[in-house]
Amino acid sequence: MNELYEKYIKKESLPTLFCPGCGNGIVQFAAIKAFEKMGIKDDLACVSGIGCSSWIPCYFKMDVMHTMHGRALPFAEGLKLSRPDKKILVFSGDGDCLAIGGNHLIHAASRNIDLTVIEINNYIYGMTGGQKSPATPEGSVTKTSPFGSYDEPIDGCSLVAAAGGTYVARWTTAHPVQLEKAIAEGIRHKGFSFIEVLTQCPVQAGKNIFGEKSPVAMMARYKEMTYIYKEGMEIPEGKVRIGKIKHDTSRKEYTEKVLQKLEEKNIKKGQSNG
Amino acid sequence: MADITIDKACCKGCDICLSICHKKIFVRSKKRNNYGTNMPEAVNRDTCVFCGMCERLCPDGAINVRKTEEDKEK
Amino acid sequence: MDPEKPQKKDKKTAVLQGNEACAKAAIQAGCRFFAGYPITPSTEIIEMLSGEMQKAGGVFIQMEDEIGSACSIIGARWGGKKSMTATSGPGYTLMQEAIGFAAVTETPTVIVNVQRGGPSTGQPTMSSQQDIYQARYGSHGDYEIIVLCPSSVQEMYDFTMRAFELSEKFRTPVILLSDEVVGHMREKIIMKPLPKETIEPTQIYASSPREDFFKGANSMVEGQLHDELGRRIGHIAPKSGDFINKICSKITDNIKEIADVEAFCMEDAEVAILAYGSVARSSMNAIKLARGIKDDRVRAKFRIVKDLFVRGVPATIQTDYSHLKVGLIKVNTVWPFPEEKIQELARNVDMVIVPEMNTGKYCREVRRALWDKTVISMPKCGGEIHSPNEILDRILEEVWCK
Repeated sequence: MNELYEKYIKKESLPTLFCPGCGNGIVQFAAIKAFEKMGIKDDLACVSGIGCSSWIPCYFKMDVMHTMHGRALPFAEGLKLSRPDKKILVFSGDGDCLAIGGNHLIHAASRNIDLTVIEINNYIYGMTGGQKSPATPEGSVTKTSPFGSYDEPIDGCSLVAAAGGTYVARWTTAHPVQLEKAIAEGIRHKGFSFIEVLTQCPVQAGKNIFGEKSPVAMMARYKEMTYIYKEGMEIPEGKVRIGKIKHDTSRKEYTEKVLQKLEEKNIKKGQSNG
Repeated sequence: MADITIDKACCKGCDICLSICHKKIFVRSKKRNNYGTNMPEAVNRDTCVFCGMCERLCPDGAINVRKTEEDKEK
Repeated sequence: MDPEKPQKKDKKTAVLQGNEACAKAAIQAGCRFFAGYPITPSTEIIEMLSGEMQKAGGVFIQMEDEIGSACSIIGARWGGKKSMTATSGPGYTLMQEAIGFAAVTETPTVIVNVQRGGPSTGQPTMSSQQDIYQARYGSHGDYEIIVLCPSSVQEMYDFTMRAFELSEKFRTPVILLSDEVVGHMREKIIMKPLPKETIEPTQIYASSPREDFFKGANSMVEGQLHDELGRRIGHIAPKSGDFINKICSKITDNIKEIADVEAFCMEDAEVAILAYGSVARSSMNAIKLARGIKDDRVRAKFRIVKDLFVRGVPATIQTDYSHLKVGLIKVNTVWPFPEEKIQELARNVDMVIVPEMNTGKYCREVRRALWDKTVISMPKCGGEIHSPNEILDRILEEVWCK
């Protein structure tokens, strides 16, 4: 198998439970490449929720927490606050992150706590068989929207940027090099980083939403329906913006703020009368 | 000539590598992987430019591309 | 054993509210992470710890909801910090999934539920013991859990320390099931110094031993049923069955060590009161009233009320309880159900009365254990605790009816 893959993946857990052609494997490899380049394997832990994409870190040879549906963020926040010197990477799906976990996403972004969240958006609930998710395009016929979805999709990137996240980016599985760089940048960034990855789900979303069974065709679709913003360009109609959307280094990170305030108030450790 | 191997224990036969390689190095073969589908095999390996896209886009980490000694000298 | 009389020989004392004592005990026990959400009547715990926890070098965070609180304390424990949260009724219901997750992943943590009237918004400022079954069976699935019920401020302090000890030893979440009466009462307590052996993490009882994160152990914390390496086995029936049996038996096999049941005046008792939590206080005073045990502190507290009653109530109606031989079985660890201990303590009585501030829930367990005795349920809903007279009047009624 691939040398780098072998270094980071638990062989005894293979084969992965991803379907043939699933985009999750591509995101997994991009993350591995980022870890290798940064050399941070020992200072990193991964947390994930429930869903197909939440299985990505379960194959890594590192400390991993595979938690509850939608609750990856509070687990990650607790872990981060207890070990602020380490880096935490969160893998969450579109349903996990935007539906059941929406509230936690807003608050974690608002706190600007130093976490890196990778939202793997396949536009559907894949693991449970193809029900609609908050990211599903309006009008899509899925297992729970037989007459077409009524809801307008939620854009995770806009939500996080508005709530106070300081690094926001979106890429697709058709851009693995840029994705790897974005993951590394997000981890390095001291604050709440949010990277949305548009991924192909050939078995559920491909069949129901895009009318494509081939993963390569879906990746080509993603390349076609997205654009990278350049200064002064005319924004194309109906396309999704990819690239780095927000990078704010001026906002203070949560744990930094806490430590600064405690210093200001002259509160030293061991002062409690407990 | 590039040393390109595909692991039959990992490959699931998704055929992404067949379309992605712009040098058309991967072709479908009659060999089966452990998943039960047809595996690709690498032909014309001397045309490989080591772009690494096949490794990045294989969702199962099955492809390993290595430079042999003579490739490194080039 | 009398919760109203702390031992005089120990050092530091303070007059504290139940909730405050719980907060201080947590810090004393080594808790260095608290996440919570304000909810009456547990809010004093989060308010106190918002300052004290940080002063002690720990982490405090007010999360966006109780689900976030319960999840973050589990995450923090895997980062190496002992953790706790505190809530009441509706918040406790929200935490159930996380409690199940802590049970299946064998995460030591402490959850405090200061019970209030339910269901739903219920009675935010009144007490109850309605969550007794939820504390045991709240989360879906099969698991065992340890639940402690304090009945005084001293016990709030002591049991919080014990909760951390038990959770680390048995690798399980522990529930401190208090109620509004105990949470809000103020009493003088002795704040015991830190035990010589601090509460050390151990893996002896873990069915899937796992190191904390960032120790190079590549720990896999998995919510699905898993093997020792954290790999899922949920799809393999025999292995799944074994897993459930293991996480349950680590508690049920050690009931003798975990169980804490106290007896008061049971040596010659003919009727026993079996109580837990704040109702155990009324029961204790009922015993003293019946047995004529003089307690100046009780007299002082009830003097004003008693004077009003005594002056206003004709002598013929004042009840004489002096011939009642009553005793008290005070259950401190309500779960796992201390069946053998209760049977042993009740072996010489014919009648057991179980006063509770709910529809008579724990009584079902007692009836099952004491199948050969007359077990009488004394439920009381509405939020007011049973008075000693109420309990004794009921006993008299039952005794006369026989």
